[in-house]
Amino acid sequence: MTEAVPAFNRGFRLRHDQVRDSWVVLAPERLFLLDGPAVEVLKLVDGARSVPAIVDALAAQYDAPRDLIAADVHAMLQDLVEKGAIRL
Amino acid sequence: MNALLPIDPPVEPPLALLAELTHRCPLQCPYCANPLELERAAAELDTATWLRVLHEASALGVLQVHFSGGEPTARKDLLQLVQGAAAAGLYSNLITSGVMLDAASLGALADAGLDHVQLSFQDADAAQADRMGGYRDGHRRKLVIAGLIRAAGLPLTANFVVHRQNLERLPEMLRLGEELGASRIEVAHVQYYGWSLLNRAALMPSRAQLEGANAEVAAARDRLRGRITIDYVVPDYYAARPKACMGGWARRIINITPAGLALPCHAAETLPGFAWPNVRDVSLGDVWRADPGFMRYRGTAWMPDACRSCDQREIDWGGCRCQAFALTGDAGATDPACALSPDHHMMADAVLEADRPAPDLVYRRIRTAALVR
Repeated sequence: MTEAVPAFNRGFRLRHDQVRDSWVVLAPERLFLLDGPAVEVLKLVDGARSVPAIVDALAAQYDAPRDLIAADVHAMLQDLVEKGAIRL
Repeated sequence: MNALLPIDPPVEPPLALLAELTHRCPLQCPYCANPLELERAAAELDTATWLRVLHEASALGVLQVHFSGGEPTARKDLLQLVQGAAAAGLYSNLITSGVMLDAASLGALADAGLDHVQLSFQDADAAQADRMGGYRDGHRRKLVIAGLIRAAGLPLTANFVVHRQNLERLPEMLRLGEELGASRIEVAHVQYYGWSLLNRAALMPSRAQLEGANAEVAAARDRLRGRITIDYVVPDYYAARPKACMGGWARRIINITPAGLALPCHAAETLPGFAWPNVRDVSLGDVWRADPGFMRYRGTAWMPDACRSCDQREIDWGGCRCQAFALTGDAGATDPACALSPDHHMMADAVLEADRPAPDLVYRRIRTAALVR
């Protein structure tokens, strides 16, 4: 995963839901509700940024050790790969 | 004692709109979820009304629209409706038999913003599939259409409805879904409403078939993890607890019939004693928030004591009202699928049908007076 560039698979879309004021990933006949950290990661998944670039962006934004952020990002992306939402 | 009963929270907005655009369909599957009394083309909503409904749905909080039927591609304005859904910010899903599609129409739908296609298959064996769908050469055409859906860049769900007459070929069905490039495979045991209830004795699987299917799906999920999502709908006739039908009555989904009736589920028209609102006359927001039919079985306050005091009440929401009515004659009864229902023996009795010879199938057709139950 180290240098991989994550991208949403076709049929999966990150969207802000204005009615509920929350972020969701819309997917084939399902949707994923997202918690705060997941939203910040997925907003950076654009098919161009690599995983390290995403970690860098989050490290600049949050006061947390880079290693910790990297571990969280890897786990989250791997989970979404298994759900079919993104590819690496 | 009343102070101890659960109090229902405020109404949350719906997540999905099931838009049954038409009851017209070239196929005649005997397990169709449509009602026995099918709407004719002349009764269907017009384009402008559907477009208004899509915008009202989005404003109300709906995130996804499922264009269904009948066969939704039988509507000449499907492309406009997909465009309308995209303009309203809705994720759009086309639930289709595929046989009326071609490369040009799929390309146009993809360009219009269609997000996903669910393509139905009746079997993995062409002759058996065409027999069940009542449509010659349908299976071969579906194989071609699946390729065209992928070529148009659209994600594909391969849908297989399974029952006693095709379950032996479930491994072939799963392989077919994989070969067709589906990103999602739906294996759905028949649920018994409308046409399928009429044909229940011809469709009910045996327990051995069900257990074989459960094992087959579990193995395929392991094998395909991370590549293909498999959704599996089990038959509640063998269950000890009912399904959370529609995620709870009027909690997640609004269904609109071809003629414009707003319902909490596609089978709700079978229930007596309701005057369902028509979206020609009423806004979707008013329907969701205040229609007496939507409110009748929403939440937990309506439940019989056995359900209301059960710790599963907000998990299964009392199961299915339409099944309760179809089997017991009382839509407010505990779903007989629940082992705690006094009517649960009806499920066990129905399951015995699986061991008897299958009767002839009654095919789905716009009914004439000659066809009565």
